Amino acid sequence: MSVLHCADVSVATLQKLLSAKLAQAPAFFLQAPIVLNLSDVSQTPDFVSLKKLFIELKLVLVGVTAATPEQKAAAHAAGLAVLQAGKASVKAKEQTVAQPPANGPANGAAPTSAVAAATTMDSKVVEQTVRSGQQIYAKGTDLIVKGAVGAGAEVIADGNIHIYGSLRGKAIAGASGDTSKRIYCYNLQAELVSIAGNYWLSDSLQGKFWGKSACIKMQDDSLVISELV
Amino acid sequence: MAKIIVVTSGKGGVGKTTSSAAIGTGLALAGHKTVIVDFDIGLRNLDLIMGCERRVVYDFVNVINGEANLKQTLIKDKRTDNLFILPASQTRDKDALTREGVEKVLNELAKDFDFIICDSPAGIESGAMMALYFADEAVVVTNPEVSSVRDSDRILGMLSSKSRRAEQGLEGIKEHLLLTRYNPERVEKGEMLSVEDVKEILAIELVGVIPESQAVLNASNSGQPVILDKDSDAGQAYLDTIKRLLGEQVPFRFLNVEKKGFIKRIFGG
Repeated sequence: MSVLHCADVSVATLQKLLSAKLAQAPAFFLQAPIVLNLSDVSQTPDFVSLKKLFIELKLVLVGVTAATPEQKAAAHAAGLAVLQAGKASVKAKEQTVAQPPANGPANGAAPTSAVAAATTMDSKVVEQTVRSGQQIYAKGTDLIVKGAVGAGAEVIADGNIHIYGSLRGKAIAGASGDTSKRIYCYNLQAELVSIAGNYWLSDSLQGKFWGKSACIKMQDDSLVISELV
Repeated sequence: MAKIIVVTSGKGGVGKTTSSAAIGTGLALAGHKTVIVDFDIGLRNLDLIMGCERRVVYDFVNVINGEANLKQTLIKDKRTDNLFILPASQTRDKDALTREGVEKVLNELAKDFDFIICDSPAGIESGAMMALYFADEAVVVTNPEVSSVRDSDRILGMLSSKSRRAEQGLEGIKEHLLLTRYNPERVEKGEMLSVEDVKEILAIELVGVIPESQAVLNASNSGQPVILDKDSDAGQAYLDTIKRLLGEQVPFRFLNVEKKGFIKRIFGG
């Protein structure tokens, strides 16, 4: 979720700042959920007017973080959630971080680095079989497929890929270059597996793991297959 | 409310039109008022399989363009009560179908009929998309070989993403697998995928297995749906399929190699 840091949270200032920001990439933040970080703000803002402003700008103000008790009370009255600040979110201006839910575990699950922050986003879950010709991309997160991945289908994730059926198509994990990502599948019959750009075709996958459950990872600059459990 | 069933496969020549004719006839035999719509504009075949090729006056495209009304265009089957055919145009191409036009015709048919069977053309282009777009259920016709199975997989993906039900976020199309030209002897020799192999790959519910049979070719040549040939194995397998489509539990037949009897083994045959 995007976190907004601003020392002056008056409606006029925010309108100017946000309009300028949105003009750069109107589609990127369209109806994006925004959390307002109040660590640099001492007075209690008018949350009701702020909510209206966000709606006008086609954003959704969902909650506040790093709030004082008075600010919390005012936010609560305006129907906003009060969130615990994640460690990674403290410095960054506007950055994608995972926010633990308001009633969830507090700082225990908080991300500690930028990479961790990306992968603790909600995983993308596909409930059914991915059919030939379909392509699924889990941007910035893990991909979980509960069915099979058919021949001619492609599943791509910036994070790890978990497939609880047969993998007959292509699976590409760590698509943004993270070599620590892995592919887990229940039945390996893939056309191609790739981690961070290093790939194997099905010829290289023949052997004792073909048709069996397997885990594929990067080790010393090359792919290795090992037992799933 | 009429139920729209698309008979589709992706790959050509697997038995879509034969199956459409058999399923439409079977549903009509079971007492449901049924129409079979040929979506294969430009490559009309259904009229031949149904044996009504000499009775085609107007066609689907004429109805869409308002050049004829449905009553003039629908051909009543002479053998089976409750059964009608809406033939495709042979002189036009598949771009003659518009989504609005098809919707209008299907809505009009839905007022009168219990089942609308859409016989899809092969491929994944506009004609096939038009045939599956409005479907409530789909019969995916597959031969037990790898290219047919992969094309069926592709069509299943289309059904769950490109149909009206998918686009409007309604309950998905109910998908049925119909395995045709099944030859248990070749399966045993490992020359053909088995029922279990295909079920495992496509992961949808099996509605019927039609054995490879001389009766199918004979039926096509004589313009009589094979389901009417009740003595043939293929005809019986289609009858079982209709029962399953209508929700009955029927055990599968013709899956195993028939053991030859003592006399046959001695004298051949």
